[in-house]
Amino acid sequence: MNAGSFVLNILILGVPFSVALLLAALGETINQRAGIFNLGCEGIMAMGAFVAFLPPFFLAGTPLAGSANLIGLALAIGVGALLGVLFALVVVTFRAPQGIAGIGLQMLGWGAAGTLFRHYVGGVTGVPGIQPVPVPGLSRIPILGKVLFNHNPLVYIAFLLVPVFWYLLFKTPWGLKVRAVGTYPRAADSLGIRVSRVRYQALALGGAMAGLAGAYLSLAQAKMFADDLIAGRGFIAVALVYFGRWNPVGVMGGALLFSLAQALQLSIQVAGINFPYEFAVMLPYVLVIVVLALVRKAKMVGPTELGKPFDREQRI
Amino acid sequence: MGHEPIRSLELRGITKRFPGILACDHIDLSVGEHSVRALVGENGAGKTTLMNILMGLYQPDEGRILINGRDVRFRSPNDAFDHGIGMVHQHFMLVQNMTVAENVALGMKSSHRSFRLDIAAVRKRILEVSERHELPVNPDALVWQLSVGEQQRVELVKTLCLGARFLILDEPTSALTPQETDELISLLQKMSSELSIVFISHKLHEVKALSDTVSILRRGKIVFEGRTENHSPADLAALMTGHEVELPRVDSGSAARGGAPGLLSIRELRVKGDRGNLALDGVSLEIAPGEIVGLAGVSGNGQRELAEALNGLRPVESGSIRLDGAELAGGSAGDVIREGMGYIPEDRNTEGIVPSFSVKENLVLKDIGGKEWSAGGFLRLGAIADNAKALRERFDIRCPSTDTAAGSLSGGNIQKVILARELARGPKALVAVYPTRGLDMGAEEFIHKQLLARRSEGVAILLISEELEEIMNLSDRIAVIYKGAILKVVPGKDATKRSLGLLMAGVADE
Repeated sequence: MNAGSFVLNILILGVPFSVALLLAALGETINQRAGIFNLGCEGIMAMGAFVAFLPPFFLAGTPLAGSANLIGLALAIGVGALLGVLFALVVVTFRAPQGIAGIGLQMLGWGAAGTLFRHYVGGVTGVPGIQPVPVPGLSRIPILGKVLFNHNPLVYIAFLLVPVFWYLLFKTPWGLKVRAVGTYPRAADSLGIRVSRVRYQALALGGAMAGLAGAYLSLAQAKMFADDLIAGRGFIAVALVYFGRWNPVGVMGGALLFSLAQALQLSIQVAGINFPYEFAVMLPYVLVIVVLALVRKAKMVGPTELGKPFDREQRI
Repeated sequence: MGHEPIRSLELRGITKRFPGILACDHIDLSVGEHSVRALVGENGAGKTTLMNILMGLYQPDEGRILINGRDVRFRSPNDAFDHGIGMVHQHFMLVQNMTVAENVALGMKSSHRSFRLDIAAVRKRILEVSERHELPVNPDALVWQLSVGEQQRVELVKTLCLGARFLILDEPTSALTPQETDELISLLQKMSSELSIVFISHKLHEVKALSDTVSILRRGKIVFEGRTENHSPADLAALMTGHEVELPRVDSGSAARGGAPGLLSIRELRVKGDRGNLALDGVSLEIAPGEIVGLAGVSGNGQRELAEALNGLRPVESGSIRLDGAELAGGSAGDVIREGMGYIPEDRNTEGIVPSFSVKENLVLKDIGGKEWSAGGFLRLGAIADNAKALRERFDIRCPSTDTAAGSLSGGNIQKVILARELARGPKALVAVYPTRGLDMGAEEFIHKQLLARRSEGVAILLISEELEEIMNLSDRIAVIYKGAILKVVPGKDATKRSLGLLMAGVADE
């Protein structure tokens, strides 16, 4: 294999790899901008992956089989949003510590998905999943067409959501409120903005995105469900939000960087290059840590009240 | 808006309880049109709580609010805005990482289109308001890049942009420099011809300068109401604290000090600031035993860096700091403490105490490893408790018990805890940074008396403050710091507000 096709392969693999991370991290960006970090992202992804897998599995051979994937995606988004609201109930209304509550949600989602899967489905079974749809015209561009325009529709949607989320955060009234309640909830409160309501909305959206990210894994990437399908991607997504300085564009950069490193290590193994595979597997994680450590800490960017519950009547 | 303008506003029997505290106790207050009502009281008297009730931020447990004689109920600040009531809070309600325009947009619901924030309309409104009231602000500036004075202006503009005709100002001058304060007062005087203003303060000369009528709150009750012009600041101070208040003054006598090497001797000190710039560029200062040297200056001219360098909290580039002959430059904070330096830091809540530790623990924090408070790796709890009991009495620290978390005390009492700890150690020198900032007159009086008492015991004291009155009242000599260097040192008795003001602005020659 020559060097050119080696690199091309990495790019073609890396782009779809980044989608689950990107979707989850976009949602987590909204959460954190609103002042809540949701470590339960991983658990919501597991539930999303599981519920999305059910319709294609059970509807196979029925008249509804054609829309099974869509039903699965809708289910994942809905369940994700519900879990986001559940998390909001715990950390916004009851003001539980977010770190602990997040770990709880992670274990709940992961455990519930695995248990329900074993009970109702049993062994590992594949589903047809979501098939690639080349973009007419664009997919025939040399190199670029293969890297960018020859994927399943969720890949395109995920990348189109980046500017959408950027606009939502920085150009809409809702985005303004989200940023305010995450940085200085007391100020937002003094202007008649209902801090709790905005945080509930943000967590519902973040949960929906995590659910969708999970669905992407089971329907588009792996085309199956297994206990450890998520494999820490939810936690990586949380880290990517810091990495991307709470900006959707930066988050996309982080997701791509991580996924390309992932694709690189796979390619190294596949190509049979003489390199200890243990180190290759470590590569993406080490890379993220190194970049996080090296990136200059920009002042006054992110949500400064991240992780702190808000109580209007608490005396300052 | 859609509501008629406020001609009269009345609070009747407002009561608000917090766990363990009766913050407002059946308060009656009425304010008419185009008038300035001062609301005066010590910290914790209930002023802010009362105004938060008026803004709809807190719900009263009892009582009514009447506008133009009719009952209203404010469930959220939006209801207050609808009636044209706006408040500038003591702690700025500005989101630091947003622009001025975004901060205003947050409250300006008319700019909230379904899928778009109409920031252009907000910008236009800001410019209108800032022109009309002569409050220059740049709508596109990021808040964190503005000075405190500018942020205060943004707060005013924001409140006016939201349509406020009835303005509540909660200690608007507490963070301002003297110059900024004067500007704000004259601005408010102009604005009072169009607006109604409730002015919360415990600085009585500001109250005299600005208000038509004054109400005094003490422990949640109105204890006095009257026309401002009929009462002297001393009268008001006595009503506010419940006893006669007279801020003590230093008696420098004829002793002409200076020149001789001091007990605390700073020579050619160079220190870097947070951004790597040279924050102190060759500062020299001698402080004799039993002398208070006041360091005057607009904040940000190197005061913080000097205080930190003196206490081993900031590395020294070059120069020397000697305390009773011992070199402190380059030493750690621990070294400085062992040599007998006392320190009242600028930010009492984060540097002065560990807020979650009890009062008694905070009182021994600096010597916790010493024989007095620990033995064989165990704390001597009995000795620590006895120490706290004695200091609580001596320094009049008002706390439910010495086991209470220090962070839950009022600002004045936290400052007393710090003062007690620092002074009980018997320091040779003391660096006091803004020791009375944000405190009421009773606490201020107490702290001033303590500083003067230490002076007569022979402690060398460096008093860093922005309050010219405080500096002039207490200092034997006054050094003016400007852009990291001592511009001039003048004897305290010769200083006037005007001459110091000029020096603080960097004008050295008269």
